[in-house]
Amino acid sequence: MKDSLTLLSRLSAHPDSRCWFLAWNPTGTLLASCGGDRTIKIWGKEGDTWICKSVLSEGHQRTVRKVAWSPCGNYLASASFDATTCIWKKKQTQFECVTTLEGHENEVKSVSWAPSGNLLATCSRDKSVWVWEVDEEDEYECVSVLNSHTQDVKNVVWHPNQELLASASYDDTVKLYREEEDDWVCCATLEGHESTVWSLAFDKSGERLATCSDDKTVRIWCQYKPGNEHGVVCSGSDPSWKCICTLSGFHTRTVYDVSWSHLTGSLVTACGDDAIRIFEEDACSDPQQPSFSLTAHMARAHSQDVNCVVWHPKEAGLLASCSDDGEIALWQYQKLE
Amino acid sequence: MGTRLTRANPEVSYNGNCGVCGSRELYGGLLSLWPEDMVGGSQLENANPLIYQRSGDRQVTAQDEDEDFPDKIDDREVFDLIRSINDPEHPLSLEELNVVEQVRVKVNDDQSTVAVEFTPTIPHCSMATLIGLSIKVKLLRSLPERFKVDVHITPGTHASEHAVNKQLADKERVAAALENSHLLEVVNQCLSTRS
Repeated sequence: MKDSLTLLSRLSAHPDSRCWFLAWNPTGTLLASCGGDRTIKIWGKEGDTWICKSVLSEGHQRTVRKVAWSPCGNYLASASFDATTCIWKKKQTQFECVTTLEGHENEVKSVSWAPSGNLLATCSRDKSVWVWEVDEEDEYECVSVLNSHTQDVKNVVWHPNQELLASASYDDTVKLYREEEDDWVCCATLEGHESTVWSLAFDKSGERLATCSDDKTVRIWCQYKPGNEHGVVCSGSDPSWKCICTLSGFHTRTVYDVSWSHLTGSLVTACGDDAIRIFEEDACSDPQQPSFSLTAHMARAHSQDVNCVVWHPKEAGLLASCSDDGEIALWQYQKLE
Repeated sequence: MGTRLTRANPEVSYNGNCGVCGSRELYGGLLSLWPEDMVGGSQLENANPLIYQRSGDRQVTAQDEDEDFPDKIDDREVFDLIRSINDPEHPLSLEELNVVEQVRVKVNDDQSTVAVEFTPTIPHCSMATLIGLSIKVKLLRSLPERFKVDVHITPGTHASEHAVNKQLADKERVAAALENSHLLEVVNQCLSTRS
């Protein structure tokens, strides 16, 4: 089984510190990493090797927890424990910090751009999720502060093609938000995980959501619209989300991240047991009660916890991961027939 | 069985008050970082704790002295790392307060895991997270990086056991807490060697 996942290269990205998170730009030519050394690094491929193209070190006073590219690829947002989010503008090969978003009371844990590029979401240990609007002059205005969670909010991710936002929290739940009459409202709460939900990923259609948790499981949730043929009850006009599959027994420690390939449908997880695992949906399983099989398990993918895994947006099977050991690894996954 | 401490030494308790609780201004950032635990009165919470006998030094065997023999990290070695950690409010070690015991340390060198259970002196101790954090930081600094360090409250010995365990297990919140210079200072005082 291990042959299906091959190591391509390893980069010492944030030595003597953690590498917390990675993000591919939309075309997949650049990979941004961030870490406990307060820097953001931009990696690009020259020939067969990945090299560090830029180091963004002037923006933050504390750990940079996550980074996100705008859908156009010209902006990078960085969320930091210093309670701010920086917006970096790409100018040829260099990056310039053009705006600092302030307002959260303490550590910003995540940042995400809506598919239109006009909205940005941030979340924090202060239990809130903020939605920001971006205008043509690169001005950012907070349009909503969402206080639905009762604890530290770990992650925010936008739906792939709608203005629907999802957040994951230390309160063990996932919440979804949409705009309603100029304000944002929480339209669904997904309950089921038994501990902190660390991350989440939509599939290509956006009708399914994968979540991963400190409870060592991954859950797959499916959206049911009002009047659906399966008889799932909806309140009002909002769709209901139901857990249709739980992947348990595969991970031995906290699952920190999950990525769902929009090219192949493969799911990959980052785990505190140092391993990377890949799951495929069984072809003949019922879509309403799907089953997934473990198709790759790289036991010591890194020498410490794996914090992030992310599929390349254009090249099927290309995968990047990073770890508490400060390293980035690039992998090629080959689906077995 | 142990003996009772009759008077806390004011020199080691911060501001002359209960270590962390009695100094809200100084530890403002700390209060917000570990909100579940860093609130409480200004009195010593457990003024006369039971004091326990310290254990002797490790018996050195011929095998330990053999340079060619690879020594695995064992329960006793990890216990030795944490038993002298200072209690935040008393001039006593965690061993002397029976907060840590060798039987509650479980090491598996082959699997690179360390699990430590600690027992707060009273079930409402607001210092539980700070003590657990000090144990965790000591082990993270001392052990090879391959080790997974889990620090938990001894089951059934604290009112907020689940909340404290969850916070100690959240490496993101631990990392953020240790970037707070005030909290780091308090942890370092717990870890400093008493003269």
